[in-house]
Amino acid sequence: MTADAPAHIQLGMTDVEYEHVIEILGREPMAAELAMYSVMWSEHCSYKSSRAHLGRFSSDQPWVVVGPGENAGVVDLGDGWLAALRIESHNHPSYVEPYQGAATGVGGILRDVFTMGARPIAVWDPLRFGPLDDPRNRYLLEGVVSGIAGYGNAVGVPTLGGEVEFADCFAKNPLVNVMALGILKRDQLVLSAASGEGNKAILLGNATGRDGIGGASILASASFEEGDEEKRPNVQVGDPFEEKKLIEACLELYERDLVVAIQDLGAAGISCATSETAGNGGMGMDVDLDKVHVREQDMTPGEILMSESQERMLAIVTPENEAEVLALADRWEIEASTIGIVTVGPDLVVYSRGELVAEVPAASLADEAPIYHRPYAEPDYVAGAWARSPEIPADLDAGEALGILLDDPAIGDRSWISNQYDHMLFLNTVVEPGHDGSLQRIKGTHKAMAVSTDGDSLRTYLDPRRGAARVVFESALNVAVTGARPYALVDNLNFGNPEVPGVMWQFVESVEGMAWACEELDVPVVGGNVSFYNQTDGVDIYPAPVVGMMGFCDPMPDAPPRLDQAGEGMSIFVVGPDPQGDFAASAYDRIINGNLGGRPLDVDGDLARHAVSAAATLAYSTPVLHDVSTGGLAVALAEIAIKSGVGFRIEGVSGPDLFDETPLRFIAVGPTDELDTGESARRIGTVGGSNLDFGTAGSIPLDEATGIWRNALPRRMS
Amino acid sequence: MTVAVVVFPGTNCEHDIVHALDLAGADADLVWHTESDLSGASGIVLPGGFAHGDYLRTGAIARFSPVMAEVERLASGGTPTIGICNGFQILCEAGLLPGALVANQDLKFICKPVHLRVESTDSVLTKAASVGQVLQIPLNSYEGNYVANDIDAIEGKGDVILRYAEADGTVDASSNPNGSTHSIAGITNSARNVAGLMPHPERASESILGSSDGMVLIEGFVASLDAVRA
Repeated sequence: MTADAPAHIQLGMTDVEYEHVIEILGREPMAAELAMYSVMWSEHCSYKSSRAHLGRFSSDQPWVVVGPGENAGVVDLGDGWLAALRIESHNHPSYVEPYQGAATGVGGILRDVFTMGARPIAVWDPLRFGPLDDPRNRYLLEGVVSGIAGYGNAVGVPTLGGEVEFADCFAKNPLVNVMALGILKRDQLVLSAASGEGNKAILLGNATGRDGIGGASILASASFEEGDEEKRPNVQVGDPFEEKKLIEACLELYERDLVVAIQDLGAAGISCATSETAGNGGMGMDVDLDKVHVREQDMTPGEILMSESQERMLAIVTPENEAEVLALADRWEIEASTIGIVTVGPDLVVYSRGELVAEVPAASLADEAPIYHRPYAEPDYVAGAWARSPEIPADLDAGEALGILLDDPAIGDRSWISNQYDHMLFLNTVVEPGHDGSLQRIKGTHKAMAVSTDGDSLRTYLDPRRGAARVVFESALNVAVTGARPYALVDNLNFGNPEVPGVMWQFVESVEGMAWACEELDVPVVGGNVSFYNQTDGVDIYPAPVVGMMGFCDPMPDAPPRLDQAGEGMSIFVVGPDPQGDFAASAYDRIINGNLGGRPLDVDGDLARHAVSAAATLAYSTPVLHDVSTGGLAVALAEIAIKSGVGFRIEGVSGPDLFDETPLRFIAVGPTDELDTGESARRIGTVGGSNLDFGTAGSIPLDEATGIWRNALPRRMS
Repeated sequence: MTVAVVVFPGTNCEHDIVHALDLAGADADLVWHTESDLSGASGIVLPGGFAHGDYLRTGAIARFSPVMAEVERLASGGTPTIGICNGFQILCEAGLLPGALVANQDLKFICKPVHLRVESTDSVLTKAASVGQVLQIPLNSYEGNYVANDIDAIEGKGDVILRYAEADGTVDASSNPNGSTHSIAGITNSARNVAGLMPHPERASESILGSSDGMVLIEGFVASLDAVRA
């Protein structure tokens, strides 16, 4: 691309797309109009490469109040309570500027949730980086975590967890996803469809500046190349203090029933918010850019329309309520200006300094976006990868192997990350970060919500369909061990360049696997995000579909299972199938053998339902429940021992079986010899002593294992 | 007579402390920072959060909020007044407590349960506790590192009420989470009616949250209100 290329090419639009704009308008677009279409039709905003496949997900369960398409999905918790949830990515901005990229990711997802009328009560951050032996990757991890902490803590929303993976492919394309959950009473639910001719459009919050212009099209919808740090001006800058005031002001607006509709300003700023509210309501809107409170003079109309300045909302209010809304904003010390008026439409008409700068059918920006049926085909690497079967020695030393795995930064203690996040605000956190799933109560009720975010890019790389399905099942089991039943799911589909048929195949296969798994569990997919073009210097990331599973229980267990409640003399059970020799993408094969190969085991829907149901039931009577995942039984048992500060003795499990990652299994630890764990449970040992003792398979002292586990991340980051 | 819980723009722990006060049987009202009349309040709480975004310096802008002149007037008159975390920072900035809170030694935000040893029960915050008692209460701050020019005078007067400690009560370098001078976690003024601490007792108000050790501090504060009323 050169500086003298046509304007639409410079804005990331194809010739065909440009022709379609001309067709819609019946003329050449004006500059501001072209800017609007280019952003609204970008991959990030329009889902043009993925939309043809997203219909595979279903959300028709009766407890779904709002499915995909609004700012957040909403589900019914009974007694008038609703929960709103959403997940997003801020991958490219976080590579360009890790602190602000991650911080504004938090700000954006919170707006999606409180736009629905909900008070945001928690966020989670699934993260992926390159290996930590490279200082650049340490800088990115440090910056991203600081950004999440700096914004999340100050805005006053606790961060209840997340997960982290490290792989070479993420070195130049880290993944920073963020999920948020909010709660609301049913009568506070607000949607984004503007209605009522003559109603006012009021812009609330931060002044509009030049930051983040083109973020959606330039950063989020194109591959990366060397020197892209120069795109730093496209990254937005966050102000958590402004957002905190905005949250409180908006919640009061809803409580006092002062808004007809509301929409947050995210990608494509004012152009997106005005066209979406008008288009969703089948209306039009007249907008005067001179009324927008701006941070600097002499911004062009296109810049004002496209700016992605943070912490802004567009409220649609009746003329009678306009003065009250402005007064309320003043009381919360946020700026507000009436910038538009709802019309019968269908056009969004924009003026600047008395001149007409845009006149486009409001709905066309969203509805007329192109849909691409990208070609896809199984890439060549798959057959080769399956042939590289893991080789696991029958006589491995379990103590030694466990010591190596506990030092892995994705297995070792991650409290270096989570201790930087306020995870306790609101006094709802019953099970905190560091467990399989977090558990939050709703004060004044017996209800509680569990959340786990999960991804497994390495296994998904080997078999996208099985890998993605297993991610859903694992996430379900993670919430079930807290006592919650899987209730709703949001997904963040992180993939490489969709114009590469092999990448598109990974995407289609992953969607298929996830959709199937959700159907098996009867879990609705209430929202999601697709992040394509995670490709730098021609290298695509591993396919990384990430899910955020929300579980729900009513009543919640009086004493939910925790990892730190194992005590001397308690029995240890494994519930679920016998190990099947599942070592493809296992921690043992990757970390000890240095191999990534083989084909991951397939999963069975009946087995998944059984495991989830058994765990959610046992959670009401069992001190410790723990999902068996990365590193197999050995790592899961070690985590319980380390957190509880007591060793164990395991009998009759072979070395390989200790590291086998056959899914849909969990550990139950309790005081009786006969925990009512059902027929699929097997007693494998006893809690006690000061060693992690695997019988003839090996042993490691608890102190040593604890030291290794605690230092895995700090020793690399210091 | 109710407790005035002051809310600045950016404060975020106001509902949590109201919840804990309620558990201790005290009524509380949220008071916006522009309020200039708190007469009738039985006590004052400056809760945690990020008042005015913590911009410039923690508490530096908040101390000029209109409500602070009234807080100073009542505190000088003996009204029981406590500051938690950001509230402690504001009380120091306003000169109602000596010293200041600076960035944690390792320049990272810290959110985790810590152990505190009660050093003195002669304050509105610790009067229901016993000397040497160890409490497990969460810390949640970036600027939690206590410093003071006149540290010897503060120690000499017995104004240190809480120190970071091990679970067995030992005070040493490894139990000091943020580099605080003399492991100080909380102090009182010499008149004993104003106290501040960095950890959040309201976050340790119910065993389902991991600890209810904070209630002895909340209950001490509530008992101080009764004492004044009587």
